[in-house]
Amino acid sequence: MTDLPISVEKPRRSIVDMIYDPATRGLIFQVLLVVALFALGYEIVTNTIANLKKQNIASGFDFLGRTAGFDIGQRLIDYAPTDSYLRAFWVGLCNTLLVAAIGIVFATVIGFIVGIARLSQNWLISRLALVFVEVVRNMPPLLTLFLFYFAFLKTLPGPKQSIQLPFSSVLNVRGLSLPMPIWQPGSWLIPVALAIGIIASIVVGRWASARRIATGQQFPVLWTTLGLIIGLPLLAFLAAGLPVTFDYPVLKGFNYQGGLVILPEFMALLIGLTIYTASFIAEIVRSGIQGVSKGQKEAAAALGFRPGLAMRLVVLPQAMRIVIPPLTNQYLNLTKNSSLAIAIGYPDLVSVFAGTVLNNTNQAIECIVITMGVYLVISLVTSFFMNWFNTRMALVER
Amino acid sequence: MTFLIKGGLVAVVALAGSVSAVFAQTKTLDTVKARGTLNCGVNTGLAGFSAPDDKGQWGGLDVDLCKAVAAAIFKDPTKVKYVPLTAKERFTALQSGEVDLLSRNTTWTMSRDTSSGLNFAGVNYYDGQGFMVKKSLGLKSAKELNGATVCVQTGTTTELNVTDFFRTNKLDYKPVVFEKLDETVAAYNSGRCDAFTSDVSQLYSERLKSPKPDENVVLPDVISKEPLGPVVRQGDSGWANVVRWTHFAMVNAEELGVSSKNIDEMLASANPEIKRMLGKEGDFGKGLGLENDWAYQIIKGVGNYAEAFDRNVGAGSRLGIARGQNALWNKGGQQYAPPIR
Repeated sequence: MTDLPISVEKPRRSIVDMIYDPATRGLIFQVLLVVALFALGYEIVTNTIANLKKQNIASGFDFLGRTAGFDIGQRLIDYAPTDSYLRAFWVGLCNTLLVAAIGIVFATVIGFIVGIARLSQNWLISRLALVFVEVVRNMPPLLTLFLFYFAFLKTLPGPKQSIQLPFSSVLNVRGLSLPMPIWQPGSWLIPVALAIGIIASIVVGRWASARRIATGQQFPVLWTTLGLIIGLPLLAFLAAGLPVTFDYPVLKGFNYQGGLVILPEFMALLIGLTIYTASFIAEIVRSGIQGVSKGQKEAAAALGFRPGLAMRLVVLPQAMRIVIPPLTNQYLNLTKNSSLAIAIGYPDLVSVFAGTVLNNTNQAIECIVITMGVYLVISLVTSFFMNWFNTRMALVER
Repeated sequence: MTFLIKGGLVAVVALAGSVSAVFAQTKTLDTVKARGTLNCGVNTGLAGFSAPDDKGQWGGLDVDLCKAVAAAIFKDPTKVKYVPLTAKERFTALQSGEVDLLSRNTTWTMSRDTSSGLNFAGVNYYDGQGFMVKKSLGLKSAKELNGATVCVQTGTTTELNVTDFFRTNKLDYKPVVFEKLDETVAAYNSGRCDAFTSDVSQLYSERLKSPKPDENVVLPDVISKEPLGPVVRQGDSGWANVVRWTHFAMVNAEELGVSSKNIDEMLASANPEIKRMLGKEGDFGKGLGLENDWAYQIIKGVGNYAEAFDRNVGAGSRLGIARGQNALWNKGGQQYAPPIR
């Protein structure tokens, strides 16, 4: 430190001095690095294109507009073999997003329950949770998927010996067929009623908490909210004269036709991903709760909080600060792991686009780049949302 | 996730490989000679075509072609490094130079031959796509499959053919698409699908492997043309010639009655066609960049086409497939080789 002022004292600065100046030198090297990286990237891209051309391999993104010509087993949006490759891409993407979104919800719920159960005073409950976590998270996810998939296929009966479930639902090796509701005219009242219910509950919630802070009086917010969100649409449903009919699954030929079919591949993938991720989330939740200092719990107890209430109002909100960042990681993992779907025949993005489309067009680089881009975007959007949520949840430090 | 990594790797290999492929492009034969072994891309496991036996030795009709090419170049059919490839990986592996020759029940189609940097060097097995179903369904034709669930392996022309078939016949079906053959067959065997569709040769092979072969039946309908053959990189016609004429040598040998058993007697044959093939007359090997006894080495080391067919997929094998389309042209089939002249 004492040497520094000496160099500052030098009045004239030659080029040599500039080179030896740490700040200038740093700048030069950073600029050089950036230029080198860009040059490398440019070289890779142009070289690849040149070589593809030399080897007479088609390149470019024109193929997206061509007719796909193959069929897809599960589609959330309309799709026929006469549609384009681009359409097939959207079908695959929707299937990926569906399993990822539902998986994230279930994994969070199960993860929190198991994580809290790990800390239970009850010996049996905490040991069971421990066994669940240790068994599931130490298995490769691919094996978990195979386990559930082939367990489904081996245990479920064929279509002709299907298990009949309530509400005309049918379970067999081809999947779970449910009656599909078909909404009739007049059913628009229901979503409107639901929207009114949600808005009313938010208003009631705000009012109740303002009143509690002002007067200390409690208001049964939970029951009112439930009444508004479930009761209002129900009333609307009755008032509109039950505007719904059902498309029931019927055994016709090889299989049950009609209704809403949940494929065994989807069930296996969803359950496999959910419990695999839930075991990690459970550990994150457990460590989050244990990361809240013991004094907080004791203080809550001293104020007369019951253990459940103390957990809900004092410990968990503080634990969330520790939990959310690694939780984001698990959400991203679940989404990325969903690309294992192809192994068990679920038509996700990787199966449809980086699989079938890639093979029919032979444009490996384009297909893989697009697929990687999609996963990148999904991951960035997820972590952007979770970061926003984290800022919201962070306690204001005093 | 691992699939994505794998896919990414394939892309990276394609990027990096394309650089080296420029050098390899002109003279694959020289590269192979210098290396001392032939890198041959084969199926990961398809009985009769390419599968390792209980001692880990590769065998099958496609494997025999690899061996024959190695015999022609090195006079030793064992100088092959087998690279097992899935349907999805095969073309990238060839394009990137990871294998010199792809002999992996690959269907010759126009787009593959013209716009994928590939070159087909012949047809070593004429196949077609069919359906396997449970005998208990009592089906007589694939046209009765309306509403059926069909198990398919991805990365093949199979997916397109099956869609075309159901569309043309105005039938309804549900595909279940798997990456690996094993899972596809396991799903079919456990009743997930009513039918399993693939090339007929593959159906016979899977029927044999299934727990109860008698409960499955291959339907008579053949819904597509599947000429299966060896593939090389585009732009190296010399190397394509070596592979093409290796196959032709085996077919010609069958036609001329030359087999691995009688070849040493045949060296003394007065038939000019046999003399030319075995290198006793002319110097046909030179045009390929090989020794003049190239065809002798192929037949000595591997056998003629009939021997290879019989041993791997025909009457002498567990598959027991009839010669049918794969009989010689003068015996009602389509295997026809231009003369060595």
